[in-house]
Amino acid sequence: MNHRPTDTPRKTPLWSWHVNHGARTVEFGGWSMPVQYAGVIEEHRAVRSAAGLFDVSHMGEFRLSGPDALRLVNRVITNDAGRLKPGKVLYAPVCWPDGGIVDDCLVYRLGEDRFMMVVNAANTRKDFEWVAEHARHFDVELEDVSLETGLVACQGPLAPAIVQRITATDLSTLGTYWCREGVEVAGKTCLVSRTGYTGEDGFEIYCRWGDTEAIWTALLDAGAGDGLVPAGLGARDTLRLEARLLLYGNDIDDRTTPLEAGLEWTVKFDKPDFIGKAALQRQQAEGVRRRLAGFVMADRGIPRHGYPIARDGVEVGTVTSGTYSPTLERNIGLGYVPPDLAVPDREFDVLIRGRPARARTVKTPFYRPSRG
Amino acid sequence: MYPEELRYSKEHEWIRVEDGEGVVGITWFAQDQLGDVVYVELPEVGRKVAKDEAFGVVESVKSVSDVYAPVGGEIVAVNEKLVDHPELVNQDPYGEGWFIRLRIGDPAELRDLLDAAGYQELIGQA
Repeated sequence: MNHRPTDTPRKTPLWSWHVNHGARTVEFGGWSMPVQYAGVIEEHRAVRSAAGLFDVSHMGEFRLSGPDALRLVNRVITNDAGRLKPGKVLYAPVCWPDGGIVDDCLVYRLGEDRFMMVVNAANTRKDFEWVAEHARHFDVELEDVSLETGLVACQGPLAPAIVQRITATDLSTLGTYWCREGVEVAGKTCLVSRTGYTGEDGFEIYCRWGDTEAIWTALLDAGAGDGLVPAGLGARDTLRLEARLLLYGNDIDDRTTPLEAGLEWTVKFDKPDFIGKAALQRQQAEGVRRRLAGFVMADRGIPRHGYPIARDGVEVGTVTSGTYSPTLERNIGLGYVPPDLAVPDREFDVLIRGRPARARTVKTPFYRPSRG
Repeated sequence: MYPEELRYSKEHEWIRVEDGEGVVGITWFAQDQLGDVVYVELPEVGRKVAKDEAFGVVESVKSVSDVYAPVGGEIVAVNEKLVDHPELVNQDPYGEGWFIRLRIGDPAELRDLLDAAGYQELIGQA
């Protein structure tokens, strides 16, 4: 089951902590990461009902600054960073000229001329080379700070109260997809954003590599009475899928476009020219041939990445993500299907080990937190 | 965690022999490695399986694994409880978490299996 990769995976600043606290580790994106501690379902439920703490220090971070920083960012992403006030965060795909997706990222506008891009661990090198290639034409300083930046995500309905206990900064005024620099968390200077990958309220805390463990343990101490638990990549994946947050390499990749993935809201044709614009405009004019749809299994069986989707015995699509959903207690998935199937209440079959199992499309996200 | 009266396969199944029949499940180690079991696919009663043939599937949140017959034979019963309660595989792997009952074809095949000590050596928990 566990094979040793030829290249030694990188370790986050919390790797020893994870192993010493019973985590099972797995290689992900070139990193040795905790996949679970107590168990995926237990951790998943903790995040939905209380709070969970994730080590996501494997994520890549680039800093861009200078007079042309905005122009460069807006050249490589399809969303419009020009609309961001300093302190605002934006989700955005980065596309190839043909409209295929290089990666999806978060763009932080830290100042008028200062940005941070947060990218997927497995794509860090590819992304940096891509951005650097375009940076040559701009007056901008570009720096990969991935290996000096720790990142901890505290997620769940009780997460804001827990994080608040270890900082003097009032975080109640920090709205969803806003960030603040220079926040002292457990006595360490951090960048804090109200973002996450679980569908819950919560914060992501960027810190110096060497400060990560102090922040991590301070949060666990502060939240122990509220049921805060460390949570691994296993729960992160089931949580993000319930919230219909896409995973690069599963749901989107070089061969899929934002328009097919249901990310048209992140493609701003009315901003200055950006990479992939012409191809995406053409695709929009012609109409996409497939769309990503969310579905729930009606028959028994768990849909998994790569399983075929069939209509009337004819293969028409592919599952990109699937899991048992601990919140719905149903088996759910995402998959590319012809556009006429990508609306709620349509039926098709997922071929599970060659056997058709009926699935029904639903409105997504599968799960939405109750606010208030 | 590894009862002495059972025999074990290198693929992490166990078999308990009772009157020429064998009850088969997956080991404590296997269920622990899988994590939360959320789906089990069982074969039809009456199906004949060969030694080392996949007869079912066990899925955790993150993984899909085949389950193999430690010896050949005819399946005479399956544990229908696992359909609605796959978590029994985690909770009681040698009891309520059993998968199938086989009429053993050739008892000589049992000799290829490991005893508890041999299995613990295999998984590095001796």
